[in-house]
Amino acid sequence: MVVPPLGREEASALLATMWRIRAFEERVGRLKQADEVHGLVHLSVGQEGVAAAVCAQLRDDDAVYSGHRAHGHAIAKGASLERTMAELMGRDTGLCRGLGGSMHLVDAEHGFMGATGVVGGTIPIALGSALAAGLSGADSVAVVFFGDGAVQAGHFNETVNLAALWQLPLILVCENNGFAEFTPRSAHTVVERVSDVVAPYGFERATVDGNDVLAVREAFGAYLASARAGNGPFLLECLVERLRGHYEGDPGKYREAIAAADWQQRDPILRLQRHGVAQGWFDEAALAAAESEAVAAVEAAVRFGRESPFPAPGLIEQMVYADG
Amino acid sequence: MAHELPYIAAIGEAIHLEMERDESVLYFGQNMATTENEPFVDAFGKDRVRVTPISETAEIGIAIGAALSGFRPVVELYMAEFMLVAMDQVLNEAPRFRGMSGGQVTVPIVLKAGYGFTAGWAGQHTGTINALFMGVPGLKVVVPSTAADAKGLMATAIRDDNPVVYLHNYLLTLEHGEVPDGEYLVPFGEAAIRREGGDVTIVATGWCVDRALNAAEELAKEGIQAEVIDPRTLAPLDTKTILESVEKTGRLVLVDQSTRHASAATVIAGEVAEHGFSSLKAPIIQVTALDATVPYSQPLEAFVMPDESKVVAAVRQVLGLAPVTA
Repeated sequence: MVVPPLGREEASALLATMWRIRAFEERVGRLKQADEVHGLVHLSVGQEGVAAAVCAQLRDDDAVYSGHRAHGHAIAKGASLERTMAELMGRDTGLCRGLGGSMHLVDAEHGFMGATGVVGGTIPIALGSALAAGLSGADSVAVVFFGDGAVQAGHFNETVNLAALWQLPLILVCENNGFAEFTPRSAHTVVERVSDVVAPYGFERATVDGNDVLAVREAFGAYLASARAGNGPFLLECLVERLRGHYEGDPGKYREAIAAADWQQRDPILRLQRHGVAQGWFDEAALAAAESEAVAAVEAAVRFGRESPFPAPGLIEQMVYADG
Repeated sequence: MAHELPYIAAIGEAIHLEMERDESVLYFGQNMATTENEPFVDAFGKDRVRVTPISETAEIGIAIGAALSGFRPVVELYMAEFMLVAMDQVLNEAPRFRGMSGGQVTVPIVLKAGYGFTAGWAGQHTGTINALFMGVPGLKVVVPSTAADAKGLMATAIRDDNPVVYLHNYLLTLEHGEVPDGEYLVPFGEAAIRREGGDVTIVATGWCVDRALNAAEELAKEGIQAEVIDPRTLAPLDTKTILESVEKTGRLVLVDQSTRHASAATVIAGEVAEHGFSSLKAPIIQVTALDATVPYSQPLEAFVMPDESKVVAAVRQVLGLAPVTA
């Protein structure tokens, strides 16, 4: 087995990351209602397991890209909660000095290279970073997160073709939550599984339960080891649940909400907790502490955002062109 | 020292020199390993010089990603209109990254594309869609009209830290000109005054520069001295040089191969109307392509394009002279 079995310390770190994302997202939802976060916001509550299991295995020199639902990916890749929250609050201390916002997070220092509000837009861009990794002879890789809705876009198909042709270290991570914005996958395509879409290209691909952190960790870890050895591309489809609407404020009339009892069984955080308890890694006190630490860290981030200034108008002029 | 080269070869010379100078420069696009481009493969290998499928979105997206990761890609797109199938990458990804990231990242790419091939290539390969790019903050837009500028502006484009849309005019492809030897850089945002004169200012780009210069020679026979300005880059745009000339002449004729409502001419007219109004002695006149899809039939193709006689007529009008009737 390429990926060593999950141990207590790593499980604890994964749990902490997932709680940080969930607490962040739920807090952002409330801040949005209070208009302290303005504009269009897409939350990833329920999908934390994929971000955590994938990004925990990456280094700062691995380029990660995402789409409109990117908060969790940025946080899992190492973006500070304070600066991410400040960005969503439009402050000068934000990751992007308040110029990007929810849909365009970048944290170059940690290799979170970009998120796009255009479905599929960063998929070919990630391939460019994979090309750069290959050309520079490094063992770094590129990873792009996208939803099942992006798979029907030309971006995806052009990228998959070239990635396979040039055999670049790109790992495509599809978070398939069954809905492309407001529309079920069945209304978009006859191909149910995203991993089947790429079948003719012959590269390694898999579909896993994205709520099962262990499964995501192991499948991604195997692809990552192979990509570091110079192989690629790979596609990992993770079946997930998007607990909230497409955007905050989405009335969600196009689907039934998942039953609470059902979600208790599937929730990636609760599942990892149950696994950890069964392994004897965690007790109830440790689990409660993990959640409350995350909530406290998010509250500190909110305070940081509130206390931070908005950017000065003069910043705009400096940001149109890079010169020098 | 200088040597004579066709316009298109001058562009290739700049790319070659920059690839020799800087290993991070990549060059890729469709049909790249065919005969015309083999010297690049021979010189720099198939890692840096790559043939791509007909996938403009992927080609440009890869360039953006490679640039974000430290390279300087030049994408060979052949036709400006082929960028239209990848407009997300050209207009909504490449030029947005720097601003949206608060200055954390840069996207040094060159999108090289020909335009304006009004030589029977009909409705989809003849457009002059330059102003479309000019209107996008973050993009730089380059429109060389001479072989020397074609070289010098390409070298500058490759060294620039921003996404640059480098638009070469297909009607100038085989026009020869003197090109400086070795390293040669033409700065962005500095217009060239191609001809000095005090009676009227004519601003033209690309293929229209020679139309304007020919018209100026005609007008000189009647004692009318036109100043011909070639902005060379549309973004950044050297409005200062244009305004200074208009201050001197008081009259402005704009010549542009674009359709009127999507032309750089219209943007320049707006700038001069706002900032140079007190200098103007007559309304600005724009000589552009007609607002129509370029027709295939040769006489009609000529009918929709600007030409010397239309420029001469516009200058007469702006000077208040009676039009010459045939």
